[in-house]
Amino acid sequence: MEAAARMTVLAVENLSKSFGGVHAVRNVSFAVGAGELLALIGPNGAGKTTCFNMLNGQIRPDSGSVRLGGREIVGLAPRAVWRLGVGRTFQITATFASMTVRENVQMALLSHHRRVSSWWPRAARLYREEADRLLERVGMAEQAERACSVLAYGDLKRVELAVALANAPRLLLMDEPTAGMAPKERIALMALTAEIVRERGLAVLFTEHDMDVVFTHADRIIVLNRGTLIAAGRPADVRADAEVQAVYLGSRGHG
Amino acid sequence: MASIVAQFLNGLASASTLFLIAVGLSLIFGVTRIVNFAHGSLYMLGLYAAYSLIDRFGPTPLGFWGGVIGAALLVGALGALVEVAILRRIYRAPELFQLLATFALVLVIRDAVLWHWGPEDLLGPRAPGFAGSVAILGKPFPEYDLLLIAVGPLVLVLLWLLLNRTRWGTLVRAATQDREMVGALGVNERWLFTGVFALGAFLAGLGGALQIPREPAQLFLDLTAISDAFVVVVVGGMGSIPGAFLAALLIGEIKALCIGLGTVTVGGVAISFSKLTLVVEFIVMAIVLIVRPYGLLGKPLAMQRGAGAPVELPARPDGRAMALAGLAVLAALAALPAAGTPYAVVLAIDILVFALFAASLQFIMGPAGMVSFGHAAYFGLGAYGAALLLKRAGLPMEATLALGPLVAALGAALFGAFVVRLSGVYLAMLTLAFAQIVWSIAFQWDAFTGGSNGLVGVWPSGWLSGKTAFYFLTLACVAAGVFLLRRIHFSPYGYALRAGRDSPLRADAIGLDIGRLQWVAFVIAGAFAGVAGALAGYSKGSISPEVMAVSRSVDGLVMVLLGGVQTLSGPLVGAAAFTWLQDTIARNTEYWRAILGATILFIVLAFPQGIVGQLAAWLGSRDRGAPEGMVGWRRRRA
Amino acid sequence: MTAMLELEAVDTYYGRAHILSRVSFAASAGEVAVLLGRNGAGKSTTLKSIIGLVRVAAGAIRFAGERIDGRAPYEIAKRGLGYVPEDRRIFSDLTVLENLEVGRQPPRPGAPTWTEAKLFELFPNLAERRRQPGGRLSGGEQQMLTIARTLMGNPSCILLDEPSEGLAPVIVDQMAAAIRGLKQAGVTVLLSEQNLHFATAVADRAHIIEKGEIRFSGTIAELGANEAIRAAYLAV
Repeated sequence: MEAAARMTVLAVENLSKSFGGVHAVRNVSFAVGAGELLALIGPNGAGKTTCFNMLNGQIRPDSGSVRLGGREIVGLAPRAVWRLGVGRTFQITATFASMTVRENVQMALLSHHRRVSSWWPRAARLYREEADRLLERVGMAEQAERACSVLAYGDLKRVELAVALANAPRLLLMDEPTAGMAPKERIALMALTAEIVRERGLAVLFTEHDMDVVFTHADRIIVLNRGTLIAAGRPADVRADAEVQAVYLGSRGHG
Repeated sequence: MASIVAQFLNGLASASTLFLIAVGLSLIFGVTRIVNFAHGSLYMLGLYAAYSLIDRFGPTPLGFWGGVIGAALLVGALGALVEVAILRRIYRAPELFQLLATFALVLVIRDAVLWHWGPEDLLGPRAPGFAGSVAILGKPFPEYDLLLIAVGPLVLVLLWLLLNRTRWGTLVRAATQDREMVGALGVNERWLFTGVFALGAFLAGLGGALQIPREPAQLFLDLTAISDAFVVVVVGGMGSIPGAFLAALLIGEIKALCIGLGTVTVGGVAISFSKLTLVVEFIVMAIVLIVRPYGLLGKPLAMQRGAGAPVELPARPDGRAMALAGLAVLAALAALPAAGTPYAVVLAIDILVFALFAASLQFIMGPAGMVSFGHAAYFGLGAYGAALLLKRAGLPMEATLALGPLVAALGAALFGAFVVRLSGVYLAMLTLAFAQIVWSIAFQWDAFTGGSNGLVGVWPSGWLSGKTAFYFLTLACVAAGVFLLRRIHFSPYGYALRAGRDSPLRADAIGLDIGRLQWVAFVIAGAFAGVAGALAGYSKGSISPEVMAVSRSVDGLVMVLLGGVQTLSGPLVGAAAFTWLQDTIARNTEYWRAILGATILFIVLAFPQGIVGQLAAWLGSRDRGAPEGMVGWRRRRA
Repeated sequence: MTAMLELEAVDTYYGRAHILSRVSFAASAGEVAVLLGRNGAGKSTTLKSIIGLVRVAAGAIRFAGERIDGRAPYEIAKRGLGYVPEDRRIFSDLTVLENLEVGRQPPRPGAPTWTEAKLFELFPNLAERRRQPGGRLSGGEQQMLTIARTLMGNPSCILLDEPSEGLAPVIVDQMAAAIRGLKQAGVTVLLSEQNLHFATAVADRAHIIEKGEIRFSGTIAELGANEAIRAAYLAV
């Protein structure tokens, strides 16, 4: 299915950001549709993370627009962007170390249901089933009682995914979702993500260095180099692109 | 004109002194990340040691300068010893434990000085060759102060060269970022740290020794010096040596300006600027931190690599056993007046009051992750609020008991709005600045607060005038307060607070407004500290500015840390242990500080997780925390 | 063939968690050995145990014939064992030259001697940026710098923890070339990897680690021929 045929969830236009005179991201435009996995790839320092952080409000762009379901979100704080239905996972997992796996998800649910300012009820008894359903979905139900600080890395990534799904998002932003995982785990996590995306009609934008993951799971790929978009299209087209091979793929482009 | 120049030069001289006190603290913090509370004590030791050495060598030029340098070297050697014997063992402990250990050193050094030099002030000789004064625009100006003005910049330049132009300096700067990696590259990083600590101590000792012609060696200099040094280091930006220089200049000159202005009448109102000197540096610090959260030349602190970070494992709400234990303690406390001596009841009131104070401090330090150096301000606001409403507004005592804490909560709401915008040591220092400002208002507003004498005749209503009745009131308030704090801890709000502390990034990404959550926590903690303060006032019948002095804030910190920061019952145990220990030792020896300090050092070295934390760790399982939640060790992720 | 580096029944723990259990293998002088395994298998812990960053609870580690377990990292490094951590750990406030200075150790008999000039030849990108703070370098350049910094200690053996992780494929190719260059210069190399493709391109010998235990040791050719082992532990 082509992007044009899908309902556009995220539309980015002419996004730019410079730090101290250096253009980190320059005039980047792209769109992600519902049910689509879009991969953002490029060399280290190409501006991927900056680009990402502008989408959920962590960094304010110098110019350009980011529309979520038609609504401009530039200038909103990350927590406001989240309320509009954007889930996020981080390159280095960010979970609450002093809570169990289930409590991590419960925390996100408490925020989603706007229960954060209540002082009396026991938090651990609220939205327990809902949290367990999400954990079930990502295959972490058995470890619900464990502390996040003792989990294996791949499992933490799954917890992050469950947390990101807690507010029933329209868009998932995943920054290197499989970094630091073994090959088999990588494939499993992305297969799971793809499944959830199809069943819920989510849009996903992810960055990734593992080309196996990218070429297996992305519906489309956009390539960033020195802050500028140098290629966009279906995996086969991007792999064949001479410039992409030169600046990024190297010998893997021919394989 | 001449007097302006003279004040300006005075400002420069005091800036040099401030810089010498502060620069070692900044250096030590920058490299080891240890906030060395004992730095002021090293300064004081420098002054005492110089006095004795010059006394022995004779007031010749060689004797004088030999004495000054010798004193600084002695203090440097002591610094090295302290690093090797104590600090080296606790680099992996939480930051606050290091603070506690250095605070214990303050106590030990204070009593060691008392023991060796006695309580009298000791005034040293003038510096040979710099005893006179020169005329500047017709006004005499001490030659020695001119010398001091030159010493500050000289030290700055030498330190800069040492750190930026030598291999040792490069290694030190590398170790500042990642001590473990420096070791893995073949450098013995432990000696690097010892060297830095010795250098920092040497500079503190030098700063003290150079004061010998200007001020007598006195016992309270340790705390005034450390407070000055903290302010300079924080205003300049922690770890920044040029920043410390700039801050010293700024504060030295502003203080000189205040003295120079004296009392100025503006529109018929007399404003005493010289009175302001007591607090002006804290006002400067508050303003700087509000405008520049990391000080003038500071940078956000990167997480230092190669140090351990405590990881709190999930806390479980109380099970039946815990609830029963709580009830048993409550029952035992209720039986105390019938079973114990009247003195035990008085001591128990103190312990209960401090237990609530410590529990309220733990609430912001534990779940909210904010360390306060000025929590006594809210204790004091509660106490003064209740007492003033009783004495000046004539409200009944029962009403003031509710309204006093409200005053504390309002104060916390006001200050907290600024405090929660910072983090870490900067946040702690801003709380200290606000506490000092509140303290100085209470100290100086004779007409309203009674000034340094405070307020007397703050007695409870008739039905509470008996010690036993008041004890039961205190017990009821404290038990209710502690129960409420625990309940909040396990509520959605308490979880959200912990979420913000565990991972601000993730908390923000799931819609939590961390600043607001922390602000509310600050107000809650302020209100409960206010309850403790109001009770404390009525239990003694009088209050003085002492109730909100720095030492009271530090007492609270020590109680929380002794018990264990991340445990809910820790502060209660810590408060009981600390209050009882202080009371028992102080009644039996003149050197109670040294014994208290040694005890704290022992606890820090033997139980790096606090008393309750350690018990929980021993009893706890690996996967889930013990009932109280336990603190484990894990290496920091980048 | 003499073992430059030898682990014998090494056990380590993090707290109460048993991480390595009776890990034994050896690397011969002049060879490139690779420790393969998935994330959390114990690769990083093994390298950290060798350099002394993780305490060895039982067993022995020998380097150039002498016991090094139980010694401080700086003592081990001084004997000519270089360590390059997985997350680079560049001193980001120090310039490239200063980063190299921290790694500097006296020349060592029997090991190649490196100078800034020689390293800038090996990693030309660094030469252009010698006065820039390490924190300003790109990820690939930082990876070069962390290796160059360790080489300044003139090691006879170097431990590389996942040198290809997180790098663009084109930089990974350069990294493989650099490792082959080290071997040519006579440095013994032990690297950890999850990427079999990369390991095959640089290593002579492979050891597979899984759940803290060594499950296979053999030449790269033997590993290539053993489909069952690859399927069981490497999941490619």
